[in-house]
Amino acid sequence: MTANLPTTLLAELTHRCPLHCPYCSNPLDMIRAERELSTDDWKRVFTQARALGVLQLGLSGGEPMIRKDLEELAAHARGLGLYSTLVTSGLGFTRARAERLREAGLEHVQISIQDADPEIAERIAGVSSVKQKLAAAAIVRELGFAFSVNVVLHRANLDRIGAIIDMAAELGADRIELANTQYYGWALENRAALMPTREQLDRAQAAAQDAMRRYRGRMQILFVLPDYFEQYPKPCYGGWGKLYIVVAPDGKALPCHGATQITTLAFDNVRDHSLEWIWQNSDAFQAFRGDDWMREPCRSCPRKTVDFGGCRCQAFALTGAAENTDPVCTLSPDRGMIDAAIAAPADSLEYRYRVIAEPQRA
Amino acid sequence: MLSNDSVPSLWRLARLDFDSVRNRPVLLYPEGAVLLNDTGKAILELVDGHRTLGEIAGILGERYQTDVTADVAEYLSNLAERELIRDG
Repeated sequence: MTANLPTTLLAELTHRCPLHCPYCSNPLDMIRAERELSTDDWKRVFTQARALGVLQLGLSGGEPMIRKDLEELAAHARGLGLYSTLVTSGLGFTRARAERLREAGLEHVQISIQDADPEIAERIAGVSSVKQKLAAAAIVRELGFAFSVNVVLHRANLDRIGAIIDMAAELGADRIELANTQYYGWALENRAALMPTREQLDRAQAAAQDAMRRYRGRMQILFVLPDYFEQYPKPCYGGWGKLYIVVAPDGKALPCHGATQITTLAFDNVRDHSLEWIWQNSDAFQAFRGDDWMREPCRSCPRKTVDFGGCRCQAFALTGAAENTDPVCTLSPDRGMIDAAIAAPADSLEYRYRVIAEPQRA
Repeated sequence: MLSNDSVPSLWRLARLDFDSVRNRPVLLYPEGAVLLNDTGKAILELVDGHRTLGEIAGILGERYQTDVTADVAEYLSNLAERELIRDG
């Protein structure tokens, strides 16, 4: 199967993060600082990505501001002509660093907001953070960055979606991404406490659509429905290994940020191979290109060119085989497990918070 | 649909660039990219937040020696629908 040209690289610079959000899509087994790629490694990866066709770069994590070399990496990316987005919690986004990032040519900053209600926002983040986020947003506006707010939606904040959108507008955001929780990593661990009701979602969707009309031309609003409540799965970034590359903090190149949970795949590392070699030849990127790998009901399904069987990571995490139909699909024989999860939200909002495990003693 | 009197401007988050890998002009914006042809590039290069759509069409019409008003209006309206072009 011949590979396309990729358009997007998500660089997970670190898993370290001051926040402990229970909906985080990072894996439970996170990478510690000493295993992170060096500055030169990342610069080489960005150069290789641009040569391979990548246009969009996400500087993400964890919290990318923790990396002391962020300014140098942003400058390198700008020099290559990449359109870079900093995906930050806002913590550590000080004026001095923001000015250096602006000078380095960083174009777009995306700040996460947990809720419009500060008390609940900090309960979700697991740490005092609202004040720093508001300060960061003001600096982003003042320095003239393109500015997005992103919000992960779940049971505890969905009912305030209107207030959250208004808050983003007051902060001066150019766009807001409202993404319902996708259940990978820590989010799957906390699924019962994060799971909304159908009624909550319907109300939230109506509120988002109303806001889209009100803010049209001033602030772009993107609302992503959760796949658990839809009839068909989402096409994973245009299909596996088609447009999107993630590089994890330790240098593993992944077709999707949730891919490490597919334990039957081995992922090549940018320390050992060029990104081009990995994109063209690695087993992991080849594994689910095209449709030869598909099982029924996908194999004979007319929608296989629309959604590509859905998410391989979700199929593996929930059914134990990455070749299976994504179980959120109503045509999947495993759909019952999704309906059961929707029907059984937890009684409480007790979370297992995201933390990096201490190393095991020998 | 934009009119002849519309004053189109590029969304402040979007940037016109050239992709040397695909050998195509490209419009970049957060989380997205539109690959352009030479006509699209010629139109967008004239979008500056001051010229009206009619003036842009006039310049291009002279360059190509044909009336391109409808094509320019359709092209920019399509991008406006995607919020990549703003009116005014």
